[in-house]
Amino acid sequence: MSSPKPIERPQTGAPLVQLQGVTKEYRRGSETVHVLQELSLSIPSGDFLALMGPSGSGKTTLLNLLGGIDRPTSGSISVEGTDIARYGESELARWRAHNVGFVFQLYHLLPVLSAERNVELPLLLTGLSASERKVRVQAAMQLANIGDRAKHKPSELSGGQEQRVGIARAIVGDPLLLLCDEPTGDLDRKSGDEILELLQALNREQGKTIVMVTHDPHAAARARRILYMNKGRLSTEPEK
Amino acid sequence: MKYLPLIWANLMRRKARTLFTLLSVLVAFMLFAMLGAVNQAFTGGVQFAGANRLVVTNRVGLINSMPINYADRIAKIPGVADVTWQEWVGAYFQDPRQPITGFGVDAASFLEVHDDFKLPPEQAQTWLADKAGVIIGPLLAKHYGWKIGDHIPLRSNIWRDKQGNSTWDVNVDGIYAGGQGDQLLMHYKYLDDTRAFRNNQVGMFMLKISDPDHAAGIAEQIDGMFANSDAETKTSTEKAFVQSFAAMLGNIGKIVVGIVSAVLFSMLLVTGNTMAQSIRERVSELAVLKALGFSRRGVAFMVLVESLMVTLMGGALGLAIGTVFAGAIGSKLPFVQNFNTPPSSLAFGLLLMLALGLLAGLLPATQAMRLQVAAALRRA
Repeated sequence: MSSPKPIERPQTGAPLVQLQGVTKEYRRGSETVHVLQELSLSIPSGDFLALMGPSGSGKTTLLNLLGGIDRPTSGSISVEGTDIARYGESELARWRAHNVGFVFQLYHLLPVLSAERNVELPLLLTGLSASERKVRVQAAMQLANIGDRAKHKPSELSGGQEQRVGIARAIVGDPLLLLCDEPTGDLDRKSGDEILELLQALNREQGKTIVMVTHDPHAAARARRILYMNKGRLSTEPEK
Repeated sequence: MKYLPLIWANLMRRKARTLFTLLSVLVAFMLFAMLGAVNQAFTGGVQFAGANRLVVTNRVGLINSMPINYADRIAKIPGVADVTWQEWVGAYFQDPRQPITGFGVDAASFLEVHDDFKLPPEQAQTWLADKAGVIIGPLLAKHYGWKIGDHIPLRSNIWRDKQGNSTWDVNVDGIYAGGQGDQLLMHYKYLDDTRAFRNNQVGMFMLKISDPDHAAGIAEQIDGMFANSDAETKTSTEKAFVQSFAAMLGNIGKIVVGIVSAVLFSMLLVTGNTMAQSIRERVSELAVLKALGFSRRGVAFMVLVESLMVTLMGGALGLAIGTVFAGAIGSKLPFVQNFNTPPSSLAFGLLLMLALGLLAGLLPATQAMRLQVAAALRRA
């Protein structure tokens, strides 16, 4: 299957995220692995960006840096004018709690909690009362079209339903950024399409800024724009 | 409090494992409570020991006697307010397997020195006037159903009277409150006048001193006075005496501490291993929590609380059951004094539960704290 052409849609806002000269290196024994190299990127508010590229190209590393669960070796990552690359671990944790929602390929729901308790987790880090949390959880679950499964454990849900719960958990705190790592990678086409439609709706109707890592051109085509990663560098064209 | 559902859910993740860990902790602390009762039974007399009382025994040992006329010489030492003496009776009633803590005492001076024995004045009057009278503790009275005015054929496994009999007919003249556990106190004179041997000898002198600060000096004077005699003395404070008496029984305290330490150390390993296993099973979940914004400390806190919940729930239940058991056993052993779990053991048990929970959770909490989110999610 050929790669889809990048979709050109108008940006809807001012830059929310600015990456300047970001590099990420790992030490593997005596060898230094350059995962990201002098990478610069601007993500406007309201964007829906798909990141594509082969395995090991640095897509997930970039997503982790955007989400503050990893830190760059050098360069700056500015979100709403604040350079999060300078934050310590505790500050980053606080920042994540209020600004980022994660959607994972394997959903990563806590199996011991019901769907609604899973969705509530990010709100435990806020000062909201139990009743306020409940209202927010219900709203997020309805938005993700999974309100009728609130009391179910993850093991009682289908993959698509689990991912909807994952999305509800990601949006319940009303974050600036929604970071999705292969959100449809573990779903059949029908369930995957439903999840992509949900993400599109969140972007279109709620103005959520979404960055989605995917291998799937069909999924990437739902984004406003597509960027390709190869050997730690970004381009607007896939590698030939 | 808002993290409680999450912590509880994690605890209930593997119900059987949690239940068995809880049971292990429960049994350990039940044992702790019961050993606390054993320890108290053997050493509890210490708490009743008066600071202003000295005990004089034969230097050779407790079973060796001293002449009764030592009392007059001791009484003349400056600072000695009162002197009394007592002799072990080796008493029992009907069943020699159930010994009674019985002493032959000089009633008048005994009540002067032991002002912690509370006896109604009319009962004291009766006892003082009745040569064959005894006073007893309330548990003893309850156990045998003895009442004031009862005549008891008291037997001794040590003494014989001049006809070779081992039975002394005594009258219950009073039931005291307070004092040092449940005893039977008969008149020394009655015992000594009738017994066939070791007459005019006593096992122990007890004296009340005017100023506890002078205890060491008075003790030295007494022991100096009888140095190089046939019956040299050893004088100590009542507290030191009770402690050394308990130590002669095999240093129960150290045995108890040894057993409890071994049990609790095993518990530390069991609980710590359970917690570590539980954390290993949910590395990815902890990574997700951290990705959602839970801080290093927050994640470590939840792991520690989970560990504490295991030890506190199991431990509290164990202490409660152990305390009830000890009380039940104690009620069946009326002559074993104070066989119950003391509040100090319960408080110490609570501290141990906290320490055990924190120690068992420390390593898993540190592991959870140090977890690298990106790496853990990559591995998941």
